Amino acid sequence: MPDSNLNAATPPDGGVFHVEAPTKTVLGPDDLRRAITRIAHEIIERNHGLEGVVLVGLQRGGVWIARQLAEAIARIDPSSVPVGAVDVSMYRDDVGLRPLSPGAVTDIPVNLDGAVVVLVDDVLFTGRTVRAALDAINEYGRPRMVQLAVMVDRGHRELPIRPDFVGKNLPSSREEDVRVSPDGVSIATAVRS
Amino acid sequence: MKHLRSIAELGPDGLRQLLELTDHMAEINRRPVPKVPALRGKTVVSLFFEDSTRTRLSFETAAKRLSADTMTFSVSTSSVNKGESLRDTIETVAAMGIDAFVVRHQSSGVPWQISRWTEASIINAGDGWHEHPTQALLDCYTIRTALNRTEGFDGLHIAIVGDIKHSRVARSDVWAFAALGARVTLVAPQTLLPPSLAGWPVEVVHHIDDVVEKVDVLYMLRMQRERMHEALVPSLREYTANFGLTPVRAERLQEHTLVMHPGPMNRGVEMAVDPSELPGSMIAQQVTNGVAVRMAVLFHLLGSGSGLAGDPA
Repeated sequence: MPDSNLNAATPPDGGVFHVEAPTKTVLGPDDLRRAITRIAHEIIERNHGLEGVVLVGLQRGGVWIARQLAEAIARIDPSSVPVGAVDVSMYRDDVGLRPLSPGAVTDIPVNLDGAVVVLVDDVLFTGRTVRAALDAINEYGRPRMVQLAVMVDRGHRELPIRPDFVGKNLPSSREEDVRVSPDGVSIATAVRS
Repeated sequence: MKHLRSIAELGPDGLRQLLELTDHMAEINRRPVPKVPALRGKTVVSLFFEDSTRTRLSFETAAKRLSADTMTFSVSTSSVNKGESLRDTIETVAAMGIDAFVVRHQSSGVPWQISRWTEASIINAGDGWHEHPTQALLDCYTIRTALNRTEGFDGLHIAIVGDIKHSRVARSDVWAFAALGARVTLVAPQTLLPPSLAGWPVEVVHHIDDVVEKVDVLYMLRMQRERMHEALVPSLREYTANFGLTPVRAERLQEHTLVMHPGPMNRGVEMAVDPSELPGSMIAQQVTNGVAVRMAVLFHLLGSGSGLAGDPA
């Protein structure tokens, strides 16, 4: 979750500071596509096929990546993989401390009892969103195994959570802003206000 | 936002945001285990100075599904009977560490008065003839989902039929429906309309037959039998003849028209048909949606901190 406060200071004479944070592109769109294809292969390899595998994207940033992963998997293996989405807002440990993003409803298409759930998110940071997601998917059954795929692991974990599949390890400082979109991955040095 | 006391206080944007949030809650209610830990440690008190079945149970169910603790205050067994004032009652309960009061009271404006005496959030569950905002929210959500109107009610024609004068439901619904873009027609005899409709975004007709074939939503209000002694209508039979939904009128409704009622209904008076035989009857769905809407309200007020995304953080 990018911190919007960092760019929202007001100068003493009114108006708004326009902060052009230096942005560095880390992965281009082609790199991103290749990373998704590689993760698709790794998921199949790790699970010795696709028996019981369900991809669940974390609202909102993980959902499109989960869909692209499913497409990449479909190009490799003819058996199709169910794709779902989970909204973790109700399970966070900081409910009341941050705004909720509405319109991103949980949609789990299959019973998760005995499934191999691969949680998919764009950026792994503190690990708190993933912890909330573990609670959330528990409501839909008892998966045989839960794995974690992320496009970017930027470090700074606050919980004992590690990813199984990583697009890019990206050492960052806490103040930096990492963004993932279909156009690629970029990192912006946030300017302290 | 700290309180939900009226639809006006919510505003059109807040209304839309709450309806979107309700989609999340409706999804939770469809699960095998419809419970989330979102409001653990929060305490919600229902303070009902007037009778209620569905609203009180609906709020309590909503709070429990979000894992909040609930307390119920019923006037008949409280110290109000020993003469304790409203203010002392509120301050006493608030001193126990309360996050939200759900208040129903026979006097208009009580939710505003109470919010001066406590730091807790106030949710209006009906104040006199004035407002019943969560009823309006659940009515909007019901229409939104049944007619698939996610973007708003532009072009929808809604008729509200019956005792507008004494109805807090009508007062909240008119503003909510209009805020979403619907065309609202009130159907009532002059004696059951408020003395002035200045500023209301409505049209008025005096006979249900003028609208029954045209509307997309027919909203029937409860004929309050306890008001019959005021002689506002000559008799209940005459009321049914002019304003009731009879089998003959039900035949004339368009196929997609929704029939709604806030409950409790008077069978044989305003509802002279069996609603279970009406294909467009939303009455049970309204009650179901009521839980989801109240979950959204509680979560919005107690759970989402600085408000929904988009509000200044």
